[in-house]
Parts: sequence; C-alpha cells; structure tokens
Amino acid sequence: MANYSTNEFKGGLKVMLDGDPCNILENEFVKPGKGQAFNRVKLRNLITGRVWERTFKSGESLEGADVMDLDMEYLYTDGDMWHFMKTDGSFEQYAVDKKAIGDVEKWLKEQAVYTVTLWNDNAIAVSPPNFLELEVVETDPGLKGDTAQGGSKPATLSSGAVVRVPLFINQGEVLRIDTRSGEYVSRA
Amino acid sequence: MTPSPDDWQPSATRETLRQRARLLEAVRAFFAARDVLEVETPILGHAGSTDPHLDSLSLSATTPAGRETLWLQTSPEFHMKRLLAAGSGPIFQLARSFRDGEVGRRHNIEFTMLEWYRPGFSLGALIDECEALIRALMPAAGPARRRRYRELFRGALALDPFTSPLAELQRVAGERGGLDMSDSDRDGCLDLLMSLVIEPTLGREGIDVVVDYPASQAALARKRVDEEGTEVASRFEIYLQGIELANGYDELTDAQEQAARFADDNRQRAALHKPVVDVDCRLVAALAHGMPAGSGVALGIDRLIQLALGKASIAEVMAFPTPRC
Repeated sequence: MANYSTNEFKGGLKVMLDGDPCNILENEFVKPGKGQAFNRVKLRNLITGRVWERTFKSGESLEGADVMDLDMEYLYTDGDMWHFMKTDGSFEQYAVDKKAIGDVEKWLKEQAVYTVTLWNDNAIAVSPPNFLELEVVETDPGLKGDTAQGGSKPATLSSGAVVRVPLFINQGEVLRIDTRSGEYVSRA
Repeated sequence: MTPSPDDWQPSATRETLRQRARLLEAVRAFFAARDVLEVETPILGHAGSTDPHLDSLSLSATTPAGRETLWLQTSPEFHMKRLLAAGSGPIFQLARSFRDGEVGRRHNIEFTMLEWYRPGFSLGALIDECEALIRALMPAAGPARRRRYRELFRGALALDPFTSPLAELQRVAGERGGLDMSDSDRDGCLDLLMSLVIEPTLGREGIDVVVDYPASQAALARKRVDEEGTEVASRFEIYLQGIELANGYDELTDAQEQAARFADDNRQRAALHKPVVDVDCRLVAALAHGMPAGSGVALGIDRLIQLALGKASIAEVMAFPTPRC
C-alpha cells in the first residue's frame, strides 16, 4: 500500500497504526505562532472500534490500509461462522467470525444487505442497514384498543434482538426497527 | 479532489461579509487616525521566506527577465522592510499571504495578514497599540496581561524551557502528544508543548501577550538578556480565546546578522529535507543601507474577525476558503 503524509490525511482515509487498520475521523493542523507544525488526528481503530487521538509531526507518514466496505447479503450461520455473499453478481462468499460480527449478531436477517468491512480481504466488521423489518417471535399479548396511550413492553424479534414496543403489538407482527438506536419505528 | 458544483456558494453569510467589510474599514480608520500610511507590496517576489517551518508556494512566470521562479509571499515583511529602509515612515498593509499546507479551522493557505511597522517604537509601545487595535474591533476582548514564556512552562508543566535537560523536554512532550519525540530538538519539544498544552489555556480571561521567547525562536527579532540573565528573543505573541492572533518583533536591523540567519534557516531546511529557498539579497542590502530601529507586528485579521463576530472557524468569515476556491 501507498504511504500517506499528514498533509494527505482526511476524514475517511484508512491507515495502519500500531499494526491495526484505522479510519481517520478528524485531522487538525496545529502550530504555535512560529515554529514546528503538528497534526492532531482522531482515528477509529477498525478492529476494536475504539477512537484514538494521536499527534503527528507535520510531514510524517503512515502506511495506507487495504480496507474496503462492500455490500453483502447475509446467507446463514453454521454456528461458528456467519456467511455473506457479495451483491455484485459474483456470488463470492465471505465467512465472518464471532469477533467481527460482534453486536450485529442480533440484527441478522437472511437476504438483507449488510456493509462488510474487509481488511486484506478478511472481514473485520459488519454493519447492519439502518432500518430492518423483523417479525415479533415473543411478546405479551397485545392490549386491544390501546393505540394512542404511551407505555411499552419488551418483544423478542426473529433476529434475536429484544426491543421495546407499544403495548398493542402482537406476536407474529412484522415491525420496522432502527438498528442504530434499537428502537421501534412502526408496523411494517 | 474534483471540485463539486454544489460548493459554488460562499461559506460566509451576506451579513458576515458586510460585518467583515465594516471591521476592515475600522482597521483603516484606526491607522489613518495615527498617521500610519497604507501601502501595497507585491504578493509575488524573487525571494521567499526561509523560515524552516513555513512552506512557500512558488510559480514559474514570464517576466521582463524571461522565465523565472517567483515566490508567493508568506507575509509582506521583506517588501515592507525595504520601504522602511527607503524612508517610508510608519506603514501598514492588509496583505494576501500564502502558506502551503496550512489547512484547518484556524488556517487557510491563502489569508489576509494585517502587518504594520512603527519606526522608533519599543516592543512595549507596539504591544499597547496592538491591544488598542484589538479593542477597536472587539470592545469585549477583556483585560490584557503580559505572560512570560518561561513562567507559562513553569506553571503548566513544571519545566523550564531554558534550563530543563533536553531528555526531560523530550519525555514530557512525548507523553503529552502520544508520540516519539526522542529525535526532536529543544524547540521542537517546546513547540509541541506550546501548541497542545499551553496555547489552549491562553486568552481565556482577556488578551494574553506572551513575551521573552527563547533566543532560538527569534526569527527576525533582536535578542536581549532578560532579568534572569538568560538570552531571550525580543518578540511577542498575542492570544485571545486560545487562538494565536499576532506575532511582533523588535525588528532586527543588522544586515550581517540577517544574512547569517537566512543561511542558518536554509541549513535547517536542508536538514529537514525541505527545499532551500532563494534568499532575499535585496532585504539584506536594504538593511545594510539602514533601516530605522523599531517594532513591527503581523496579525491574522481573519482570525480577529472570526473572534469579533463569534464564529467557530475562519472559513465562516471568508467568502471562498480554499476548499471552495
């Protein structure tokens, strides 16, 4: 991979730092009135998800990271690995391990399209679509007529996630859920 | 980067541009009332700044002398000093200046420098005038105080910038910045600590004027011996709300010393693998002819306008910052 100097740093650039691929979030040029310049850089470690703040001398460089975000359809899990397929018509499949799936495990739905982050052609992270339509597999019976009042109850969805839903929702209904907040949006 | 047509609009509002124009009028009125002459000097010069930490832009142009390399000026300093040596008396300029690579909330590679020179003024008299100018544009700037460079480091970091061993400066700078500073010199460590630790605390209760910089950071200022017997640069910097606004000197007038500092700068540039810059032999000649002793200051007027108008970045007070130009 190419090397990138601090003056090429910008949001979205993927670089290697301490052996891990990182995504640059912010790059702030700082300089005393006269004298040497530095760059204050915020990076997200793509393996751990942690945000690092580091200072670089202006002109220093970092190795680029071979990181790509690709759209992939979720196929199935064999218990150890989760299998995804590229949506570009190549039918190419990638197996994702538990560490890379992380919390997204509870948002998996067959045939839905996820963003899979590849580093050196290995999946290191998966992000779900912002909205998913999922079936309620378990919840207390719905309260008839209670469509206006507030109040909520837990419901288990087909993907395994548990979300708060309004009291009138019944088992078997399909709901639209915001995966970023884990909140109920509407009936699908 | 391919320019996007979506960015055709200015980044400053119409109201901000109107207020900016009024503040620039106030600057001109301030100097007119004090009999300081407005001048215009070239943006392009045959010589550039040799400062090891400034990167000049250059271009190739066809001139009366044929095809030549010309440098976009990082400040109007050299040309203005030639005017002083030619007997101009006190002068000021609102000059477009260019510094390659300086990009951020407080930086734009092309910006407006308010620079002025006061023959016969002591550094203290010029500091007073700077404060008056800031108050003219920003009446709520708060009280001014002098802060010694050395005291700032002693107070914030328990370090003495002049006497602490290099290894200690490297260790503290490395810890504060989270990087390896073991190959940095004293000034590199001090610059990092100034930028990351001290600057953000300056100008929070008013106008902070930092004085008595290390002699190694004199640039084009004279050097003197302070009350503690240490050689310091006769130089000041003004900070407001954590932002560096102005940099002033008791100006160096010695031609030989000037030539030596140019040569030293270029040696440092070569050591940093930076291109060597053509030295301004005409400035050296002007100093040899005789430039009246006095003080001068360069103030980033975009930043002062930003603060006066309460904006978060200089892009908000410029019609078209570099990303939109």
